[in-house]
Amino acid sequence: MPRAAVIPLLVALGVVFGSVAINYSERTVLPPLAEAYVEMVPRELGAPNVITGILLNYRAFDTLGEVAVLFMVAAGVGLLLGGRAKTDDPDETQRTAAVPPSEIVRHGADILVPLVALFAAYIVVHGHLGPGGGFQGGAVAASCILLLVLAKPEYRVKFAQLSVMESLAGLLIVLLGVAGIVFAGGFLDNRILPLGEFGALFSAGAIPLLSVFLGAKVGCELSVIIGRFRA
Amino acid sequence: MISQTVLVTGLLLMLVGVWGMLTQRNILRIVIGFALMGTGSHIVIVAVGYVAGGTAPIVDGPVTVANAAARAVDPVPSALAVTAIVIGLAVIAVMLAFAIRLYEAKKTLSIDAFADSKW
Repeated sequence: MPRAAVIPLLVALGVVFGSVAINYSERTVLPPLAEAYVEMVPRELGAPNVITGILLNYRAFDTLGEVAVLFMVAAGVGLLLGGRAKTDDPDETQRTAAVPPSEIVRHGADILVPLVALFAAYIVVHGHLGPGGGFQGGAVAASCILLLVLAKPEYRVKFAQLSVMESLAGLLIVLLGVAGIVFAGGFLDNRILPLGEFGALFSAGAIPLLSVFLGAKVGCELSVIIGRFRA
Repeated sequence: MISQTVLVTGLLLMLVGVWGMLTQRNILRIVIGFALMGTGSHIVIVAVGYVAGGTAPIVDGPVTVANAAARAVDPVPSALAVTAIVIGLAVIAVMLAFAIRLYEAKKTLSIDAFADSKW
């Protein structure tokens, strides 16, 4: 695209965005769909966090598709980066060895990795009670792997074990979904287990279980993506 | 008012991102422009879900099951933003993988070096 065309295009886009911003007025009441969700999630699903209720029950099929997209990307990045020969470029290996991670990064990682892993587990299991859930916790777990990759040059991401764990988590999510068809209202319905006491850790039916499997799957997929980039 | 400010911030970030994608010649900078545009759109999505005086749609503290509909903001844009963030991350991961392969092919990250298939 010629450079001269960039400015008119940006101005046109700015006019569109500006009219959106000027004509925008803050809502004062919830739209009907949102109101239904906010009413239904705590009553029907027993989950205090409405967003988790939407993601893991009403739109859980969509979430499953999203995890499939992540899996596809992990496979695609593996296809693009996985087959590269590791030793044919001596410059590359020398450069990596010449800049080792600093003392602070290495010892900081020793202290932070267990804490970050614990925090990831906390986020995953409290997804139905507060902000968090499988995706967020999985991303934090993968940041643990990222820290290891940055801090320890000898660390190798274990692709085989990660893919076994990831497939297992995916299988368990689908099995929970099928159990929802058999024992409750439909695919991935969380009411196959008792809803329990509202606001307790073990409540909201199958949502905590789904959250844990989702967290494991997302964490594994993101770790595989990070591992492919180190090569 | 607050959501208007957030909305304008998000739209400006999107503009900066589009500008970066169209004018920069370095592939990594183009990817950064794409990431800025994505982040801006997430901010816009969350901003349009705001309800005046509302708080997070989580039943806890001042929000109870009975008054949730009056106090909570719209949960649907937030749920969609989670989806958008994950897909954005996936796209950026693939873009960076391509950037690595392109760098290996020509030993440069400038897109001017990749004019072979231009028609």
